[in-house]
Amino acid sequence: MFRGMFRMPENKAMYWKQFMLQCNDIGVGSLGIISIISVFIGAVSTVQTAYQLVSPIIPKSTIAQVVRDTVILEFAPTLSCIVLAGVVGSKIASELGNMRVTEQIDALEIMGINTKAYLILPKILAGVLTIPLLIVIAMILGIWGGRLAGSTAGIIDPAIYDNGLRMDFNGYNVFFSLTKSFVFAFIITSVPSFYGYNVRGGALEIGHSSTRAVVVSCVLLLLADYVLSALLL
Amino acid sequence: MIEIKNLKKSFGDKVVLKDVSAVMEPGKCNLIIGSSGSGKTVLMKCIVGLMQPTEGEVLYDGKNYLTMSLEEKKAIRKEIGMLFQGSALFDSQTVEQNVIFPLDMFTNDKYSVKRARVKEVLDRVNLAEDAYKKFPSEISGGMQKRVALARAIVLNPKYLFCDEPNSGLDPQTSIVIDKLIQEITQEYNTTTIMNTHDMNSVMEIGDHIVYMHKGEKEWEGTNKEIIYSDNEKLNEFIFASEFLRDAKNMRTIQETGTIPKDVSDDVKEALEEKFKTDMDGDGKIG
Repeated sequence: MFRGMFRMPENKAMYWKQFMLQCNDIGVGSLGIISIISVFIGAVSTVQTAYQLVSPIIPKSTIAQVVRDTVILEFAPTLSCIVLAGVVGSKIASELGNMRVTEQIDALEIMGINTKAYLILPKILAGVLTIPLLIVIAMILGIWGGRLAGSTAGIIDPAIYDNGLRMDFNGYNVFFSLTKSFVFAFIITSVPSFYGYNVRGGALEIGHSSTRAVVVSCVLLLLADYVLSALLL
Repeated sequence: MIEIKNLKKSFGDKVVLKDVSAVMEPGKCNLIIGSSGSGKTVLMKCIVGLMQPTEGEVLYDGKNYLTMSLEEKKAIRKEIGMLFQGSALFDSQTVEQNVIFPLDMFTNDKYSVKRARVKEVLDRVNLAEDAYKKFPSEISGGMQKRVALARAIVLNPKYLFCDEPNSGLDPQTSIVIDKLIQEITQEYNTTTIMNTHDMNSVMEIGDHIVYMHKGEKEWEGTNKEIIYSDNEKLNEFIFASEFLRDAKNMRTIQETGTIPKDVSDDVKEALEEKFKTDMDGDGKIG
């Protein structure tokens, strides 16, 4: 699939337009669901961490530290990307699958357009650009969600929470998280593109390819998560 | 002009096209007919470059498409317009956006110039202006085919391919589409190649017909010659219906004064009654 994707575009303006459309679809289109998930993940992390922190000698600010590090290291990149694999991945696979089955891809090929470059490359580039940005937003909202839940439930004072956030902060965690998000973004966009582009059959096969794309993406995400953690941490 | 020389195509051990040769001339509707599974769609896809044949040549004005460089192939592709069986319109774009797409991709004209060209081709296919802002799902099958035809001709192609353009259309709309294709072929002097098993299309616009049977070119000729052909397989294909056989026989009777032996019983009775003729005799009327 990647062979032939990187040729000079027939019309740069049209490819740019396609890229911007994909940035809007993948990035802006997923902002809502990522925001909601992140807030709740942060909130649940705070409540569960507080539940497990039974010893009185451990300061409450530890809750904030734990929430910060788990959100940055794992929940924001991995959980968010698993959700995106379903949202974005199924959309990409079914869109390309439908185009294949209705001969729209053949129509583009007949016109002399490199369909891999025109249809797939903008999706991958848009994903690699916007998904890490979504993960950054997820990190911020996740930590904020924890603060909100902690203060609302009376678990932790906001000032103590803020103090805990600043304690022993390791910037490398953010670097690690963003590295994961780039790799995950590539998986989330390329795997469904492959399955959608190569569909053969009808509506049933489009559904199957979409499901398979999401499943394979999720498995690859988790595998990549483990490999990157083992290599970089 | 497109020339096909000794084209063969296999999928593993299965041979789908066996040594097919033909010349498709410009300014004519060149029809490829045959029953389902005869290889006509594979033949068209090999000619247009969507499939790679196993052997043979496809010559576009003397140059072999199969040995061209990528840049040369792209240049040829810009001279090709194709009308797909299912129209293949971009379903998330309006009618106007569909037709303007090739202009956006391959020209640097101003929007007003492109818009004027879009209007010109949509008027040519008799599509009303109130349909321009509609999506393909909001227009009828016949209108979709017309939009697809407009998109296929918007860049003034030298070669026009139509894959079963009448599929799913009623007989009246089919004739409209056929006439449009014929007029455009003559007006722009395109080399038009059309896949069909619609006998109305064959008889109305078949300037040059290639009949495919089990992957081989079984017969070649014009729409005037097809009904008088002696080719058994062709006759079996064309005259599968008794109605069509009788239509052919009535024409034979009109033109030659003789009554063919294979007329149906109903027609035999009617002729015997009218002409008091012994149908099993010399077959002459009167």
